[in-house]
Order: sequence, then structure tokens, then C-alpha cells
Amino acid sequence: MARIFAYITHKGGVADDTALELAAAAAQIADGTAVTAVVTGSGAELEAVCAAVAAAYPEVWKVESPALAYPNAEVVRKALVQLLPAGSVLLLPHDTFGMDLGPGLAIKMDAAFVADVVAVAAVEGTTLKLIRQEFSGQLSTHVSCDIAAGAVLNIRPGVCKPMADGAAAGQIVDKSGELGDLSAGRQFLEVVAAEVGDVDITKSDVLLSVGRGIEDEENIEMAVELAEAMGADLACSRPIVDAKWLEKSRQVGTSGLTVKPKVYLAMGISGSFQHLGGVKGSPFMVAVNKNPKAPIFQFADVGIVADILELMPELTKKIKSA
Amino acid sequence: MEILVCVKRVPDTAENEFTINADGSDIDRDDLVYSVNEWDNYAVEEAIQIVDRVGGKVTVVAVGDEDSEEVLRREMAMGANDGLLLADPAFADSDGRGIATILKGAVEKGTYDLILTGAQSDSGAGQVGGMLAAMLDIPYASLVDSIEVVDDQSLKIGREIEGGNREMNSIQLPCLLSIQTGINEPRYVGIRGIRKVASVEIPVLGSAELGIGGAAVGSAGARVKRLDYFVPVLGAGAEMLEGSTEEIVDKLIELLKAKGGLK
Ligand SMILES: Cc1cc2nc3c(=O)[nH]c(=O)nc-3n(C[C@H](O)[C@H](O)[C@H](O)COP(=O)(O)OP(=O)(O)OC[C@H]3O[C@@H](n4cnc5c(N)ncnc54)[C@H](O)[C@@H]3O)c2cc1C
Repeated sequence: MARIFAYITHKGGVADDTALELAAAAAQIADGTAVTAVVTGSGAELEAVCAAVAAAYPEVWKVESPALAYPNAEVVRKALVQLLPAGSVLLLPHDTFGMDLGPGLAIKMDAAFVADVVAVAAVEGTTLKLIRQEFSGQLSTHVSCDIAAGAVLNIRPGVCKPMADGAAAGQIVDKSGELGDLSAGRQFLEVVAAEVGDVDITKSDVLLSVGRGIEDEENIEMAVELAEAMGADLACSRPIVDAKWLEKSRQVGTSGLTVKPKVYLAMGISGSFQHLGGVKGSPFMVAVNKNPKAPIFQFADVGIVADILELMPELTKKIKSA
Repeated sequence: MEILVCVKRVPDTAENEFTINADGSDIDRDDLVYSVNEWDNYAVEEAIQIVDRVGGKVTVVAVGDEDSEEVLRREMAMGANDGLLLADPAFADSDGRGIATILKGAVEKGTYDLILTGAQSDSGAGQVGGMLAAMLDIPYASLVDSIEVVDDQSLKIGREIEGGNREMNSIQLPCLLSIQTGINEPRYVGIRGIRKVASVEIPVLGSAELGIGGAAVGSAGARVKRLDYFVPVLGAGAEMLEGSTEEIVDKLIELLKAKGGLK
């Protein structure tokens, strides 16, 4: 069996939640062989993350360089190509960093690549059977992946139950000395923080959230009226922001805001993982969608198959008259 | 600036209810509505806007069969100058690496300063752009949501990262960028526009013209293979409210009241 590695993303000296999720996924593939965590970065933050991660991984590779202070995927890729032995299997989180790094790294390692893995179904010799999703989560597929020559596997955040940490007392191995040239054609400049909007939907108890099912900009008014009648704040999925029908500060999801309401009413939202990834705290979720097969019905507590353009005005009227 | 934009014809996820065929090997494709991958439309629009600002030319390229010609024409109706179709029976069942290998063949037949792809397509992998960049040994950035041409050597780009934050980078040309939705507002294409480009010739290149050996692409070259499709069982499933609209509304109001969803 090839050596198995998990790349640990971190911020402000704290390892991402995916650190323990990847440990769990790797354990499934590793079948008893030890899994090594790889942490790149610099300074005290790197030290802190390595120490924390050693509680879950038997071995931690510390990779330090000023060039790695910010995780620029092009630079990290060079470092990993220099350090990982031929034929390695590397697990990455399928987030905006893993999406940036994984595909190109797989080419440079001459390894197989599987994006956005939601489950490991079986391990048969050097063939993995993995579960993915297509068509915006409407259908799942089993894929087989031959890892004999190595593999890069991007694991969807939040799908693997995190490994319980604390037991490993892992050894930290400093690999920084093995690094070569890390120059790249892409330089990180700065992070620009998200704009703050007039309503803070992260603090709302009740959210009425609209998706592409709203169909037209002029129908937004219908949702505004319903939200008002309910005493809810208005939120939305990404396509509504892309179309500039509502401001970015109302977008729920991985590339928007993480909300923790008590009640979440999803109107014409299909239920992609990027959207639902921003809904935390297990709210009471109601989904209204005209497609009975919409994935959102699998996550919601209550579902209604209906046209939101008909249902919303009815609901507004009834609430107002009560 | 010479810009190549890679586009794909996909079943429209917003327009279709997907069903699986009898043996689970594929979706029922007969009555599907196809369109250009949503992300690719933003990439083409961005390329056209860049050329409007600094001059140059936009070429759109698709790997597919003759049906893909329709999406190439659509993007040419938006304003792309040239189209290129990469088609060969040997390309069938390629994995992401295979598609990138085919595109690499096309890239090497031209001279491009900038290559754009959509951030992802119907399979949700988001892999072809990053693979192609690595094969070509040019810098890459994914999920790009702003592009500013600094000079003929470099761009300043924004990348979308978690939580609505953005990561700014400087990137050297030639490079490859995968484009995220929302970077611009893709222009509308009417029937008229499509008619205008209806007779423009679109060259078709196969594996011989592209110099691609059989073992690198198609199912023989694939290290990742889709085995089946199935309908996921993801959660416990919702309790479905049924009845007349009035009954549903009443029941919903009752539930919302009970859960604190009405103030
Ligand atoms: C890196 C990355 C980050 C992303 N981040 C986010 C994010 O933060 N937030 C986010 O939301 N998305 C995000 N996305 C996009 C995400 O993948 C989906 O494309 C998006 O969530 C879909 O939004 P939707 O459900 O509104 O639209 P669709 O998926 O198009 O769904 C529309 C739904 O409305 C239904 N419908 C249509 N008309 C009606 C009607 N009249 N009545 C009732 N129902 C109707 C349809 O059946 C369908 O289910 C991200 C994608 C990527 C690649």
C-alpha cells in the first residue's frame, strides 16, 4: 500500500475542521497503515497547528518557509511535488484551496485525481470505489479510481465524521530542509474581506431564503412582502447574488455567510452542498420546490411541492389576515 | 490579447428532472434540455470584455460530438471570433485528465496569452482547467471573480475564497484561469445573433490532427471511471405537506407558529 498523506489547511494558528475529517477518510483507505499529516506554513502559527494535529495523526510533516506563509496553491504544489514520495496518496479538502491545488498537483505527481468525494464505498487492492455527485447534487455516482501510481483525492468538507483526536501523540518531523526552489508565476497580494450589508443574516432567528426558482427580478418583491409578514429576514442562494437581484451580504453558503437560524424557509432552492454548507445549527427547515426530486427535500424537515410564485402570495395573505 | 475559452455542452440542471436508465449506467438523455455550462458563459463574456478593452481575439473550443457545435455557435453569437470543435470517437469516456490532454493538443496548435475555463461543469469536479495548466506548465488560478490587465506580462486577479472573502493575486501571462459565476453579467443572445453565425465554418480536429495517441485519452486512458448513477439517500427526508393550496398554507402557518417562525 502506498503512503497516505492528508494536507492540513489552517488559519490564525488553528487547524481547519477538515483536519480531523481527512484523518477519518484516510483511515478508511489506509486499512491500518499509518497516515501522515502535512502542514505547510511559517512561524508560530505553523508550530501551533503541528502540535494540535499531532493529537490525531501518528506522524506530522512540518514544512516551513516564508514563501508558504500564505497558502498560495501554486507554491504549495511545488513544495508537495518536492516532498511526497512517488506513488503517494494525498487527501485534500474540496474547498476553494483544494479546488485550486488538487487537479494540477495530480498532473505533476502523475497521479489519479478525484474531485469532491462524498464517501469511500470500498477499497479493493489498489482500486478505490468512491461516491461523488453530479448535476448539482441531483444524482450520485460510484467511480473507480486506480491509485497504483498515486492519487490526489479531494474530500468534500463536512461529510466524514471527524476522527476523535487525542490519542495519537504523533511525532513531528521537520521536512523544511528538503524544500527546493518555490518560485511561482502567481503571487499572493492580499485578502479583501467581505462587504458588510445592512442586515446581518448571521444573527437572524427566522430566514426566508430564495433561490433561482424566483425566476425574475421583479418577483423578489413577493419574497420581501412575505418576509415582512413573517417577521423574517430575507436571504438567498448564490445565483440571486450573481444576477445582482440581492446584495452579497444576503447570500447563504460556503462562499457567502454561515447562518444559524431557528427556522429556515427555502423557496426555489435546489439544495446544493455549497448552499447548505452555510446553514448550521440544525434549524427547522421548510423547503418549497416544484421539482419533487430536488435534493433539498432530503435535508428539510418539511417539504412542499409547489410553485413558489403561487404559494408565496397566498402565504403572505393568510399570515396578514390572521 | 489572444484568448482561448474552453466550453462544454451540458444538460441544464435547472431545466431537467434527471432519471436513470434501466441498468443504471447513464441518465436518460432523450428528452434532456442541453445548454452551455453556466460557468463557461461567464468565461466567454469575460474574454469578450477583455478583448473590448485591450484588443485581440477570442476563440471558443469544445470537446464533444457534432451537437457541441450548437454551443460554440451560441458563444460566437455572444462575440467570440472563432470556434474550434475537438471531436473523435476515440475521445469518448475520457476522464478529466483525458479532456485536458485533448485540449492541450488544441492549445499547442495556436498561440494564446490567456486560457479560460468555467470553474466547474455538470460533473462538479472543477478539474480540467487546473490539469491543463499543469500540463502546459503555465500559472493557474481557480474561482476567479475579477480580472484586471496590468500590462502584456501580467494580470491582477481576484479569487473567491470562503465566507465571501476574496484573495487578490498577481499572475504572469500566459496563464490559465477558471472563472466563477458572478464575475460579470453575460450578455443575452437572441435568435438573430445565432443566425448571423449560422454559416461560419467551425474547424473539427480529431486525434490525428491534434497528435494524441490512443492510450492517453478515451476509456483506455481513464484512471477514474464512472461505474453507475444512483439517486442519493442523503437524509431522513422531509415530511411532505399535501392537499389544496389552502390546506398546505394553513398547515405551514401552524408549523411555523409552533417553531417560532412567525413573529
Ligand atoms: C466554489 C463554489 C462556491 C459556491 N458557493 C455558493 C454559496 O455560497 N451559496 C449558494 O447558494 N451557492 C453556491 N454555489 C453554487 C451552487 O453550486 C449552486 O449552483 C447554487 O446553490 C444553486 O442555487 P439555487 O438552488 O438557487 O438554484 P438551482 O440549483 O438552479 O435551483 C433552483 C431550484 O428552484 C426550483 N424551481 C424553479 N422554479 C420554481 C418555481 N416557480 N417554484 C418552485 N421551485 C422552483 C427548481 O426545481 C430548482 O430545484 C457555489 C458554487 C461553487 C462552485
